[in-house]
Amino acid sequence: MSDARTAILHRVRDALSDRPMAGDIPRDYDLHRDYPDLLELAQERIADYKADVRRVSPAQVGTEITAALARRGAARVIAPPGLPTDWRTPEVTWLDDTPLGLDELDAADAVVTGCAVTIAETGTIVLDAGPTQGRRALTLVPDYHLCVIEAHQVVATVPEALARLDTTRPLTFISGPSATSDIELDRVEGVHGPRTLDVLLIES
Amino acid sequence: MARNPVTWMGVPTFPKAAQEALGDSQLRSNLRHATHTIRDKRAAAVGEVPDWERLRRAGEAIKDETLAHLDTYLQKLEAAVTSRGGVVHWARDAAEANAIVLKLARAAGADEVVKVKSMATAEIGLNEALEEGGVTAIETDLAELIVQLGNDRPSHILVPAIHRNRSEVREIFRNQMPEAPADLSSEPKALAEAARRHLRKKFLSAKVAVSGANFAVADTGSIMVVESEGNGRMCLTLPQTLITVMGIEKLVPTSRDLEVFLQLLPRSSTAERMNPYTSMWTGVTPGDGPQEFHLILLDNGRTATLSDPVGRQALRCIRCSACLNVCPVYERTGGQSYGSVYPGPIGAILTPQLVDDPHDKQAASLPFASSLCGACFEVCPVRIDIPEVLTHLRARAVAEKSKMSPEALAMSAMATMFADPRKYALAQRAGAAAAKLAPSGSVSRLPFPGSRWTATRDMPMPATESFRTWWKTNRKDSDE
Repeated sequence: MSDARTAILHRVRDALSDRPMAGDIPRDYDLHRDYPDLLELAQERIADYKADVRRVSPAQVGTEITAALARRGAARVIAPPGLPTDWRTPEVTWLDDTPLGLDELDAADAVVTGCAVTIAETGTIVLDAGPTQGRRALTLVPDYHLCVIEAHQVVATVPEALARLDTTRPLTFISGPSATSDIELDRVEGVHGPRTLDVLLIES
Repeated sequence: MARNPVTWMGVPTFPKAAQEALGDSQLRSNLRHATHTIRDKRAAAVGEVPDWERLRRAGEAIKDETLAHLDTYLQKLEAAVTSRGGVVHWARDAAEANAIVLKLARAAGADEVVKVKSMATAEIGLNEALEEGGVTAIETDLAELIVQLGNDRPSHILVPAIHRNRSEVREIFRNQMPEAPADLSSEPKALAEAARRHLRKKFLSAKVAVSGANFAVADTGSIMVVESEGNGRMCLTLPQTLITVMGIEKLVPTSRDLEVFLQLLPRSSTAERMNPYTSMWTGVTPGDGPQEFHLILLDNGRTATLSDPVGRQALRCIRCSACLNVCPVYERTGGQSYGSVYPGPIGAILTPQLVDDPHDKQAASLPFASSLCGACFEVCPVRIDIPEVLTHLRARAVAEKSKMSPEALAMSAMATMFADPRKYALAQRAGAAAAKLAPSGSVSRLPFPGSRWTATRDMPMPATESFRTWWKTNRKDSDE
């Protein structure tokens, strides 16, 4: 409806006939903040969102993935296309996204992914649909998400995270599992997204 | 022109609605608990951020920059979305926006659409319009679902069912959800689980989803939606067609600006460091998410708001609802008394401007629904001077009213009285005499035309003795 477009743009210009001057945008807020131990802060803040967070050494990753999946009773697990081979532990059945139908995603026990960046201060994991994460539905439909974060992916602040991301990719920011506070403001974990989020933080 | 559905049809003006709400002690206790819980949590979340005031100033400036060049940024956004495979539509008012959504839903072959909670679609009455057109809109946010199933109206921007307690929610679910278990308890966990089961199939089979937008980035065409439950992700990711309805003021110039709002919004609204889920997408991504994306740019009174140099700052609003939780008036009357999709202090300035109709008595009453205490400005993450706009809109409302209004009559009677010392003394003596007849200390009912005043407020009793009389009696020796 090009006439609506023309009309609205006309109205906007009429409304701004007093030519308001906007000042410069002050960017004196903090882009970065120093913390003695970024991984410790990330661990504490992600755990604050009711996720189970463990720090592991690079050599332990495979064993810890196996242990985490076993603890949650997950046998059929979705693997994004670029999941590192040493994360694909032989103890479970891996489902490759060929692509899988929604019913198949719904029937899977878990999904294991990496991440694009993690914000320590807010306890937020960012997925950008990269090879270790896959398309957005993979981390949404299964009820259990196990996310593996590498130390070099952790930043302190929100501005640092956005600076690292290509914001035109599909992005999902995750802070803990699905949650609601809609009934008497009582927080309940697990509504429509994954009810369980486990995190392994690989120390460098 | 059709009526703007931002105010609810057939509801009383604020003073009358507020009087009824004040009599509901259950409501007042639910509200008090809610507003105090959120406001305390918010103070802690904000206290953690050392550069909070600098972030607020940046947020304010980014939004002012956007508004000052809104035509340029809208065209940039349109070009970016289009170049990424999206389709942009423009809607002058609610009816136009609703018609576009209906046409798109039908074209996709959907008789049902799943919805992410969105103020813009509530503002245009989209659900009702779709229903008339034979398409069912399903609210998927837990609180919106409670409101929808309860045939109720929302009372808060962020937590629309905050006026309901758990046992009320259980009753609604038991009556309206066929698959709800017979022994459904009133535990929030059990209620959330019932909602999950109720909506799961809908998510997995929906062809069309409708959302709003928290932010849109002009230079890339990226859209951002912030939520908690994952219902947003379901709607934004699984259906084949996504329709986003967005107010024309919701954009920011560059993706860098999101670094400011992703800090300001969660801490101000849910009082968290970050909300559990934030989704962002740009046009269409092959093999990931909806393969058809429509963005509807909605005016519906926003350009009218933009034309007022004082009132336009209301368009900075990022719908965090922090102002509701600190407002003494909202805390006692609840959101439904405002009779609008936008309640509380922000609603009191946004609603009358969006409605833009001086004959809408209900909207005109809203700028008076405030004690002007200023707490709303203190918490606003984009520094909207709500008290300034309230007084500005009050002046406008009074000017619009006829000179025969009770306020105008009272003021002109006062002017006559104050102009003549004899009349003033006479009036004081009359007041003092009246005071002796009402020992309780306040007057709750005056005869007409004073009844128009006392219908909504008590009037303190005049002193039994005027200052002038007292002076004459007690200071006989002093110079007069």
